[in-house]
Amino acid sequence: MLKKEDKIFKNLYNELGWDIESSLKRDDWKNTKDLISKGREWIINEVKTSELRGRGGAGFSTGLKWSFAPKEVGSRPHYLVINADESEPGTCKDRDILRFEPQKLIEGCLIAGFAVNAHICYIYIRGEYLNEGKRLQKAIDQAYEKKYLGKNACGSGWDFDIHIHFGAGAYICGEETALLESIEGNKGQPRLKPPFPALVGLYGCPTIVNNVETIAVVPTILRRGGKWFSSIGKPKNTGTKIFCISGNVNSPCNVEEEMGIPLKELIEKHAGGVVGGWENLQAVIPGGSSMPLLPKKICDTITMDFDSLIENKSGLGTAGIVVINKDQDIVECMARIARFYKHESCGQCTPCREGSGWMWRILDRVVKRKATYGDVELLSDVTKQIEGHTICAFGEGSAWPVQGLLRHFRKEVESRCREEPLIKKKLNNPYLVDQHLLENKNA
Amino acid sequence: MSLKKVHEDQPKDFKFNSENLKKVEEIFKRYPEKNKKSAVMPLLYLAQKQNDNWIPLAAMKYIANYLSIPYMSVYEVATFYTMYNLAPVGKHFIQVCTTTPCLIRGADKIVKLCKEKISPNENEISKQGSCSWMEVECLGACVSAPMVQVNDDYYEDLDEKSTKDILESLIKDKPLKPGSYRGRKNTAPEQKLNTKGENHA
Repeated sequence: MLKKEDKIFKNLYNELGWDIESSLKRDDWKNTKDLISKGREWIINEVKTSELRGRGGAGFSTGLKWSFAPKEVGSRPHYLVINADESEPGTCKDRDILRFEPQKLIEGCLIAGFAVNAHICYIYIRGEYLNEGKRLQKAIDQAYEKKYLGKNACGSGWDFDIHIHFGAGAYICGEETALLESIEGNKGQPRLKPPFPALVGLYGCPTIVNNVETIAVVPTILRRGGKWFSSIGKPKNTGTKIFCISGNVNSPCNVEEEMGIPLKELIEKHAGGVVGGWENLQAVIPGGSSMPLLPKKICDTITMDFDSLIENKSGLGTAGIVVINKDQDIVECMARIARFYKHESCGQCTPCREGSGWMWRILDRVVKRKATYGDVELLSDVTKQIEGHTICAFGEGSAWPVQGLLRHFRKEVESRCREEPLIKKKLNNPYLVDQHLLENKNA
Repeated sequence: MSLKKVHEDQPKDFKFNSENLKKVEEIFKRYPEKNKKSAVMPLLYLAQKQNDNWIPLAAMKYIANYLSIPYMSVYEVATFYTMYNLAPVGKHFIQVCTTTPCLIRGADKIVKLCKEKISPNENEISKQGSCSWMEVECLGACVSAPMVQVNDDYYEDLDEKSTKDILESLIKDKPLKPGSYRGRKNTAPEQKLNTKGENHA
């Protein structure tokens, strides 16, 4: 259980006020100039000591990512891009940071920008968060007034500007290269990697892309020391994390807790328990919709950190926890997620564009009890043909939840399928195009 | 992939008004001089706002001319992103989130209410009150599920009764306040526990 004084986001529920004066009382911008004057090496090393892992889903070491940026600025300027395109179903942590702790993010941007040699920062906010974006713009204006941004930002001798760029309702723009394409004014379709954005990113220049939460915790880490941050949580899974608990719980909420907290404790203590009691739990999606679900048996003992969830063939992702109890139809829930991925596929790679539709249609047949046993095999086959055959991780993100369903609830899925395969019955089935060939013995 | 169709009746002309032309200059300052193309998304938003919340083809051609880029590169952006409306929508445009976290809190009941009160089909402007509704994917307020977005504002923690009130207020053109409809403070856990889960929609 996280101690109150170790909480980084003290104003997560806007009890203390979001404006710059209230933020200053919470020690934002306290000694930013001194922190920056200690130099790039010190900042990156301190972040490395803290073992901070990116909070956007992949869990990549932040200090390491920053060190990939070229040490000297060449002919091309460097850019810092903040990913606030939070669209993963089950996740709504960045929204609260944008609304209630904007100064933490802005201060983090300045420090990170200095550490990676960037003078310009773009914050990419999803278009639906228009009000949150306006709030952030106000906070940025307040920071400009106090001379914390602009020329010689915060007296550090570093010029720094922040611009907001709104997305327009495309989930795929949360993928870093699609996000860069979107800022450049193109369709949000991911680029092939390598080259990685750290060398060739926005406008072909070196670019570091980080999640909102990752950047917002950096000032506190530097102020209190990397050792303090790494003392919270588990080894290699350090620090605090905002968990979003939604679904069938008595009081859904966002809460900041230490990494490696048991899932059961998190749900019972903060979210008021599962609706109908813990015994009524059916499954939990632990890290936003693209992570495979976990059945109750695993939920009893699992701890919420990157590595222990990977051991159980799932992942922490964005820590958006969706609780599903036994009153829900688990197949329908996953079919709806499959529909989400069908809708949001950018259409660039064939396995994902076509496969996501196949997965949704098969799962929809299962929900309507029109599927056959063969369909279950087919579904499993389709997920494997998408996984690993696409440019970006969207392919895995769409295939994994279905694989998770088949891994843990295969019996449930099969119990809804029809006994006889359609081929044997020789029905006029619209799904089988080559029906006439069945008459032919050699076909 | 999502399917988007262009409206049949297209206006012939489109031009930014003087107020928006000033905003365009502000937008250009954000991006490097040789990368003016970056402004295409903010400009499409401006055009959408000026033209009653939808973008006609004439506006895309105008923006393409303005930025000196091919018409097709504006068209592909406008059709790729779902928040650009390519056909007229109601004055009160209701977007119901129906992705899994909202679905298991009862979003289907909100969809049913929209069908009853506003119009039987999505994207159809209602006869009274000039409203329209559509189902959308996750709006990123999952701990406040179920929720709807009306124009720019989020209405959260809904149930059947509050949804009815909100929809009726929109039809009468006197919208209720956005925010939580269970009286809670933002995303904080509620003190009063409802162990039977009766606060679902």
